[in-house]
Amino acid sequence: MSLEIIAIYAVAALLIIGSFFILVASIGLLKLNDAMTRLHAPTKAGTLGIGAYLLAAMVHSFTVGEGSLHELLIMAFIFVTAPVSANFMAKANIHRRDCAPNPPELPEGDSWATLNVPEEDREVEELAPNA
Amino acid sequence: MTEANDMLNLALYAALALVAVAQFMAMIRLWIGPGTGDRILALDTMFINAIGLIVLLGILQGTQIYFEAALIIAMLGFVSTVAYARFVLRGDIIE
Repeated sequence: MSLEIIAIYAVAALLIIGSFFILVASIGLLKLNDAMTRLHAPTKAGTLGIGAYLLAAMVHSFTVGEGSLHELLIMAFIFVTAPVSANFMAKANIHRRDCAPNPPELPEGDSWATLNVPEEDREVEELAPNA
Repeated sequence: MTEANDMLNLALYAALALVAVAQFMAMIRLWIGPGTGDRILALDTMFINAIGLIVLLGILQGTQIYFEAALIIAMLGFVSTVAYARFVLRGDIIE
């Protein structure tokens, strides 16, 4: 059993692992029953699945031809940006009051920064709370 | 060697089928919503799955030419997600 055969089996195993996580992410996106819980499924599991795919592509490129490390770039980019976009989507959910239960009340008349509305826009906000 | 390659081909086609199913489920969530946040999230997931499909295609054909496309899709996915979320938050993308 040469090193090459072991590497090819490793690629196959990484592909299966990645597919599992990507499928779990999409099932969670479809099946969970509230906006904030749904947010949590694809942003973690999907990122992990893509990481496994890119690792598989890297191992495969080193096995069959000249190796390449380009995939590391995509991996780093996705791992850095996934939490940022998840945070933005969570803020959008809070802003539209799509999250249940609502965020807890803050002491002393403070309010959540995402829900802060300038004085002149408050009337508009009350007229169309979901706009 | 042929045995290992058969195994790899099986894993590749299985992975392609599973990502296609995942893409379809994200599309259903994009269709039914119900909130704007869910639709943004479904689009973001579809971007991630598209990167997965392109990477799988690159492994299948044994080429490196698809990785630039995957990188560009990753960047566009992030920027468009942030732009959508920002539009929902502020009613404007660049103030």
